[in-house]
Amino acid sequence: MSREVEDLNRRLLRARDAMDRAYAEPLDVRAVAAVAYISEAHFIRSFRTVFGETPHRYLQRRRVERSMFLLRETDRSVTDICFDVGFTSRGTFVRTFREIVGEAPSDYRMGNGPMVAPNCYQMWATRPVVAAGAARRSSSFGDAAAATAS
Amino acid sequence: MITKLNVASIMVLNKEEALDFYVNKLGLEKGQDVKQGSYRWLTVRVPGDVTEISLEEPGPPVHDEATAAQLRELITKGALGGLVFKADDIRGLYETLKSRGVTDFTQEPTDHFYGTDMGVRDPFGNAIRILQQGKVPNAAKA
Repeated sequence: MSREVEDLNRRLLRARDAMDRAYAEPLDVRAVAAVAYISEAHFIRSFRTVFGETPHRYLQRRRVERSMFLLRETDRSVTDICFDVGFTSRGTFVRTFREIVGEAPSDYRMGNGPMVAPNCYQMWATRPVVAAGAARRSSSFGDAAAATAS
Repeated sequence: MITKLNVASIMVLNKEEALDFYVNKLGLEKGQDVKQGSYRWLTVRVPGDVTEISLEEPGPPVHDEATAAQLRELITKGALGGLVFKADDIRGLYETLKSRGVTDFTQEPTDHFYGTDMGVRDPFGNAIRILQQGKVPNAAKA
């Protein structure tokens, strides 16, 4: 592997870390691509090659994972949690959650209690796997560009 | 009966650059530095601790070039395991690391039920977590 590829991987990882830090904010794919010092189109294409999914999909799964954490650990309302993790509409959040997790947020909460494991391990290992082709429509983050690159 | 973790290893792309980061940025101390032919056994450790962290580069004779390339790819993708340290003043350490030029934070100091932790990556992509242990009230937040 060339130094150029190693360097690109490292910059893409830095951009992915930026999404993990700022998932609750209204992220713009161009701004995240800028973290990696590459264009939006190159970023989406390269991210998918390196990490196996589009940045759009990655962010969506991160937001849902964080919402699952809050549903397990807190008694905040589903609506509050929806906004806490970066979704801008309750309907979109519930639909996306159901597509990825397979059940509604309220049902997930009823069936799952707090998990006694460090938060970093939960973030690392409990991000839900989404079925191929699902959950592509409902995010404010680079929808059109991500769909084009998918 | 096993009594102590003696040596753990972490893969890095460049031992000299790793030594600079782990000692001059993170605040560990240099441990062993022994050369035998082309091999350099280089370790760092928490000051006052006995557990050595061996800094290892992918490559021959341990790895053939194809395997080394795979490892380098995994390192830079952040896909290999990292290290978890403890600290006594996590927020003070965070400021210290920033003053030393560390920028690759994966997480600023954040409260959890078990304490306050933060995340940073080494120059190659390895994840490092640092925890100040202790109960933090009302800590469940995303």
